[in-house]
Amino acid sequence: MSIYLDHAATTPMLPEAIEAYVDAMSVVGNPASIHSQGQNAKRMLEEAREIVAGSVGCDPIEVVFTGGGTEAINLAIKGLFWARAPRPRILLPGGEHHATMDTVEWLERHDGAEPGWLPLDRAGRVDPARVADALASDPGNVALLSLLAANNEVGTLQPVAEIGELAAAHGIPVHIDAVSAYGQVPIDFRALSGAGRAGTSGGTGGSAGGIVALSLSAHKIGGPVGIGALVLSRRASIVPLIHGGGQQRQVRSGTQDVAAAVAFAAAASALGDLPARNQRLRTLRDRLIAGVHAAVPTAVLNGPTPDGPLEQRLPGNAHFTFPGCEGESLLFLLDAAGISVSTGSACQAGIPEPSHVLRAMGRSEAEARSALRITLGRDSTEADVDAFLTALPVAHAQASRAGMNDRTPTR
Amino acid sequence: MSGGVDSAVAAARAVEAGHEVVGVHLALSRMPGTLRTGSRGCCTIEDSMDAQRAANIIGIPYYVWDFSERFKLDVVDDFIAEYAAGRTPNPCMRCNERIKFAALLDKALDLGFDAVCTGHYASIQTDAAGNRELHRASAWAKDQSYVLGVLTAEQLAHSMFPLGETPSKAEVRAEAAERGFSVATKPDSYDICFIPDGDTRGWLAERVPATAGDILDREGNTLGRHEGAAAFTVGQRKGLQIGTPAADGKPRFVLEVRPISNTVVVGPKEALAIGLIAGSKFTWTGLPPEHPGTAFDCDVQIRAHADPVPAVAQVVSVPVPAGAESTGAGTTELVITPREPLTGVAPGQTAVLYVGTRVLGQCTIDRTVSAVPVPGAEAVPSVVPEPSSAPVSAASAEPTLVDAPAARA
Repeated sequence: MSIYLDHAATTPMLPEAIEAYVDAMSVVGNPASIHSQGQNAKRMLEEAREIVAGSVGCDPIEVVFTGGGTEAINLAIKGLFWARAPRPRILLPGGEHHATMDTVEWLERHDGAEPGWLPLDRAGRVDPARVADALASDPGNVALLSLLAANNEVGTLQPVAEIGELAAAHGIPVHIDAVSAYGQVPIDFRALSGAGRAGTSGGTGGSAGGIVALSLSAHKIGGPVGIGALVLSRRASIVPLIHGGGQQRQVRSGTQDVAAAVAFAAAASALGDLPARNQRLRTLRDRLIAGVHAAVPTAVLNGPTPDGPLEQRLPGNAHFTFPGCEGESLLFLLDAAGISVSTGSACQAGIPEPSHVLRAMGRSEAEARSALRITLGRDSTEADVDAFLTALPVAHAQASRAGMNDRTPTR
Repeated sequence: MSGGVDSAVAAARAVEAGHEVVGVHLALSRMPGTLRTGSRGCCTIEDSMDAQRAANIIGIPYYVWDFSERFKLDVVDDFIAEYAAGRTPNPCMRCNERIKFAALLDKALDLGFDAVCTGHYASIQTDAAGNRELHRASAWAKDQSYVLGVLTAEQLAHSMFPLGETPSKAEVRAEAAERGFSVATKPDSYDICFIPDGDTRGWLAERVPATAGDILDREGNTLGRHEGAAAFTVGQRKGLQIGTPAADGKPRFVLEVRPISNTVVVGPKEALAIGLIAGSKFTWTGLPPEHPGTAFDCDVQIRAHADPVPAVAQVVSVPVPAGAESTGAGTTELVITPREPLTGVAPGQTAVLYVGTRVLGQCTIDRTVSAVPVPGAEAVPSVVPEPSSAPVSAASAEPTLVDAPAARA
């Protein structure tokens, strides 16, 4: 019997999404075909697009389906950067997801981009005042600003609306990585983007400013892996990554995956009443946090803490540092006890790396290596949380014995 | 589980022997340029995936444990420092000593495991009194007990080598194929894992600064110049570029590398014959000899694939050289006298002692004494050991620390 407490990595696929997926897969037709079967596929696809658009408050035409969150983020960052050439600067906070950081660093190496890293505070939050300073220092040379709506590791929610306003004042486009926020907090793209607003000093040839792009992924909300979306404002100009048949407003060519879109939409429809669901998740999460503190008094909650408003973190997220333990050891021992958790973001070839998010939040390398992330989802129960809390003290005692010993040289 | 065939079969056999087994792949190297960031296993992502697939087939959990930082400090940096000090290190033994049966074993024991099981070809036996002994694998051609000579009794007590009694590698490959492992036909790895292209010289040249210096004969006469002493290995013949031929017209070989004075000593082939080796860093594998201070018979092996040579060994106390501060450590030395001269021995190498098939212990060679004295000279090399704090190569009487590479060591 395995207990799944790693919903930030991926979520169990909802039965209604599976059913919709399977049904749609048995329907033949390329939505770009002119015949009736093509038109039927197109109808299914556009219905799905409308549902996904409805789930984040944008127009259906603004939903560009992609092969997942990472592709959406690549498209937003590279596409906006190229469309805004020759402006070199890309502003972004430390502790972004690798999909963002590596894309920006790639542009730095290959295309002359100049990353402007924005600091995180101890809770993982970006200070809008610092963003305002960075924007004002050289606005004519900023191609875009990209930031997470909610950090995928520590769950910190960012003041995206406020930051969007600041960028809009300079006519600078903003991309929001909402992959981990989606399905956990309400997203209203129309309100965020200030629909109809025009850039005030964006210069020539650029996109309109403010929040113009927002990335989503289906598998974080109970949909299938392999489909995501970039919500792209009508006002934005973007250079495509993938060229071909000109599908999806020429922004993302390639035959569209109707069945995946339909399954995505089924999961989006099932989001239901977010505030009510979130209240249940928060209660469960707070029970977990209190239980961890009781079981292991030295544990430190990362991200927004009870000293600050807990509402500033994702409702399903709890993230701790366990001083003197390798997060990796805890993960292993809990896994052996049948409980799946994570040390943070997913890793290469199974090798967990010290959390770059905690490093960006000013934590030491040792603290960054001692992290454990527990993320709850709609299927999580009190029994799951209690099983974790029962296994934790045993695992913690043993992991403490192992300590941080694999870093100290023998000599 | 390295991703190779031996560890995969060892894991499968451990499972069948009734143990609760978890597959662990060690991430050991950081190789910039291979992929985005972070640690790469020994040596590639592909190895890690191969190991995981084997674990999947066996039906055991699989994890990657990152020891890359410790591996760098304990094995890679040690390799570079030893080489810069004119010695010939064996990084695989260092890895066994400090990583596989130290860092990995310690962590495993702390996490509740009982033993580390590897695909080494060696055998663990128990004597009548219940003491564990390390023995050669039954197939001598594949025997790897030499590289396990660094294990202590404590480490041996928590080690398992299920391949020790296998007659041949072919049998292991056949078993792997039968079990459906994709690695059944994967080639053996020979090179040093952190030097993936196998160009050890080139790799070291990039990391050890080279300074030109003199090439001397055994009498101390300057014969020519070299471009960096550390680039030479004892026994090397090619690449000396000495203009003047030897008086007897015979080829000359590197006899000694002296990093402190940055000189290389050359001489006739006969002078490579070594009559005595000694080292202050020695360990016993299992029970030590009853009277290590009294000369005892054994066999000595100085390379992984060298033949063992009958020898007499003895632990002797070493006087602290005048002017050197006594640290309390290194005041004894294991002195090994082979019954016939050894060739191809250099300081830094490991001498492993055997009694029959049993591994008795090992020492890192600090100094060697030629079996052929220098004609017309006093007893050079000296048998008085250098102070253990100075990384001095064999038997050279170096007055002061004058160059950077040695000071780094």
